[in-house]
Amino acid sequence: MEASIASRPRPQIASAGPIKSTSKGWTSWVTTTDHKKIGILYLYTTFLFFIMGGVEALLLRLQLGVPDNTLLSPEKYNQLFTMHGTTMVFLFVIPIMAGFANYVVPLMIGARDMAFPRLNAWSYWMLLFGGIVLYFSLFFSPPEAGWTSYPPLSGSDYSPSGGIDAWIISLHIVGLSSMLGAVNFVATIFNMRAPGMGWGRLPLFVWSILVYSFLIIIATPALAAALAMLLVDRHFGGTFFDPTQGGSALLWQHAFWFYSHPAVYIMVLPAFGIVSEVIPVFARKPIFGYKAIAAATAGIAFLGLLVWAHHMFAAPLSTVVLAFFMLSSFIIAIPTGVKIFNWIATLWRGTIEYKTPLLFATGLIGVFLIGGISGIFLAVFPVNWQLHDTYFVVAHLHYVLFGGSVFGIFAGIYYWFPKMSGRMLSEPLGKASFWTIMVGFNVTFLIQHSLGLSGMPRRIFEYTDTGSWATWNLISTVGSFILAVGVLLTVINVVRSVKNGAVAGPDPWKANTLEWFTTSPPPENNFDVIPRVRSVEPMKDIRRQVEQMTGTQQRHEASRALVEA
Amino acid sequence: MPRALRPARVILALLAFQALGLTLAGSAFADALTPESGGSPNADEIDSLYKLILVLAVIVFVGVEGALIWAMVKFKAKKGAVAAQIHGNTRLEIGWTLGAAAVLIFLTVFTFLKLPSIRDPAPTGANGLQFASTAIYASTDQPSPPEGKALRIKVDGQQYVWRYQYPGKDDVFAYEEMVVPEDTTVVLEISADDVAHSWWIPKLGGKMDALPGYINKTWFKARKGLYTGQCAELCGRNHANMLARVRVLSVDEYEDWYAQQKTDIKTAREEQAKTRAALEGDKGEAAVSGGAGGVGGPQSSGGPEGTDVPSNDEEEDSQ
Repeated sequence: MEASIASRPRPQIASAGPIKSTSKGWTSWVTTTDHKKIGILYLYTTFLFFIMGGVEALLLRLQLGVPDNTLLSPEKYNQLFTMHGTTMVFLFVIPIMAGFANYVVPLMIGARDMAFPRLNAWSYWMLLFGGIVLYFSLFFSPPEAGWTSYPPLSGSDYSPSGGIDAWIISLHIVGLSSMLGAVNFVATIFNMRAPGMGWGRLPLFVWSILVYSFLIIIATPALAAALAMLLVDRHFGGTFFDPTQGGSALLWQHAFWFYSHPAVYIMVLPAFGIVSEVIPVFARKPIFGYKAIAAATAGIAFLGLLVWAHHMFAAPLSTVVLAFFMLSSFIIAIPTGVKIFNWIATLWRGTIEYKTPLLFATGLIGVFLIGGISGIFLAVFPVNWQLHDTYFVVAHLHYVLFGGSVFGIFAGIYYWFPKMSGRMLSEPLGKASFWTIMVGFNVTFLIQHSLGLSGMPRRIFEYTDTGSWATWNLISTVGSFILAVGVLLTVINVVRSVKNGAVAGPDPWKANTLEWFTTSPPPENNFDVIPRVRSVEPMKDIRRQVEQMTGTQQRHEASRALVEA
Repeated sequence: MPRALRPARVILALLAFQALGLTLAGSAFADALTPESGGSPNADEIDSLYKLILVLAVIVFVGVEGALIWAMVKFKAKKGAVAAQIHGNTRLEIGWTLGAAAVLIFLTVFTFLKLPSIRDPAPTGANGLQFASTAIYASTDQPSPPEGKALRIKVDGQQYVWRYQYPGKDDVFAYEEMVVPEDTTVVLEISADDVAHSWWIPKLGGKMDALPGYINKTWFKARKGLYTGQCAELCGRNHANMLARVRVLSVDEYEDWYAQQKTDIKTAREEQAKTRAALEGDKGEAAVSGGAGGVGGPQSSGGPEGTDVPSNDEEEDSQ
């Protein structure tokens, strides 16, 4: 075993034993290039932004709880929803996927670090400082043109304050951070896989991160270009988006959505990847249709680059264009449906263990389905003319991005926390958190479909009570606080368990992939011995091999036994 | 974990709770599950297209959620149970891919069958405005609508009020409330003066963005009544208060209103000119144009009302 590894040229330095980390304390975090430490920095930072974005959301819901509310001024309200949207998309969901990927991708493919460790550290620090740039605008004048910042409203005539500039610069920095991270993931996944891990044996989460990275590399430059043009328009006499000077306000919408629709898949595909890892482990059954899921991931990404104008169905576009984007949006429903069917087929005839990661993963299927179905309504452009820019869209996007991405993120937290900390999260508290989030989420957002259908537009800071708007908004506000309690329970769970949780051991879930082959938390070099990979489920093979050698059922000691053998 | 909180039971309880909630919502708030309609044929057609999708959606939803919950409950780990080690089933996978595609093809065909009745203006009805006899409404600078004649109104979004310019030499216009005759095809040419807005009266059909530099079109043919809506695209701090109303009158009432509006605007202009001349020290220059309003900082809610603000009238023909 070891001889075959030694004879293969790998771009890693094999070490004789676990390396003891010499530096401790906060400087070890600031100076680190270890993918695991950077991953944890990513996770803590992005979760902090999640909480800030969540508090902003609660303030928005408080304002809308009763009609004609005067809690927030229209100025404050617009600033809050701009910060909320920008934070959740750019500072939470997209980078937290990079956080998970940083921690587990090298472990899953049997590598000792990322391909470019220092670039990796730079990506993280740019994310943090990009976020700080945005949040420093709180002390001056935060942006208030929405996370989409359509010109001319975001131009210097109608938004003269520096908030939009902070927004532009922040997104430039964060976008560069995510592109450098993506390049790093591609290089790592292409070059540093364990011996035997061909493309057909790549874990599905790693597939999703590979596709996520390509999407970032392809789509983000469009956003960067649009931001640069907006900055030129605002400060350097440009007229890209100024219709009075021959520019076009519609151009921004095309460039912005050329990035921001793929961004939806950038946010949701890694969450699907987490589901594809979690479900087989807790159903004790191989993933159903591995190739179909991997192909669907790539297919969704490709089609995801061709659907952007379905965000612009009410804009002045010809019917041919509308029809094209309706059809491309329809087609994308097929690979998405395939994934859902494959996950259910994986559960089918399994022996399902109701652990918290599984609850979040299957919960994702249940609620994301609603977001997928409401997406079909929105893709039919004549129907979209009624639903566009209403609370129906707000409900839809939260079913996709909370129901899809955030449920996946929570599944990932509960699934990998034992690996990262060496300790288990509390199951009862985790389950309580899951059910509170599930109920709170649906109470908040289900009713918003009805609000949109009855004519309530997005982004209005007040409304007068006509018909049922007051009741429905109050229901939604109550739901948002239930949801917040659910998130708080997980925060409490993490804080408690990180010091006092039960010791996890290397492989508490009896999982399938290589990150469970090493200790929890892994040593700085990850693996002393990298096993040869023979299937999609290398850990299952290793456990079976150990059982044959020792004649006993192996649980936590699996990896050590093999190394000694 | 206590027996009462077993996941299977909680799931079933939650499902029952949501089904109950949906049923209650469906019965208590009759229109909670469908878009607004009842004012104009295009809104009604969107509503019926929506309902078809809703039926398909409910079938897919119940089928998939049912399969998911069934699998979760039925295949919960029990002592002695062994998971089937299945890696896939090509036939089954091809089958559900084709099944999903079939539903979408059906939806595509149905959408395109419905599209003309939503997009293309319907001809004016018998009770509507008869254009042949009233030449002043005939448009001179626009091509004819696809089917017969129509009342063409230019809708112009401004922070934070809608301005409606009626056709013809009379230069009649109104703010916030549009007055139109019943059973008459009204074609709207929508644009904006400053930032992006979006024109939307839910009962009169879909919304259309008002984007400076572009003319976007939609139409309606309404029954008598008052229809309300508001700007649907974020346009600044008072976006929430950029309201729109369409008052649909009989043809006679409409013509009375039109004549009155014409007189009011003329009177207001003359008075404005007089005031201005007085203020400028009688320099003999009775300037009509100019005046405050329109573009600029936040205004108080509501904005200027119809006849009260006869200013800003010269800037409208820029498209």
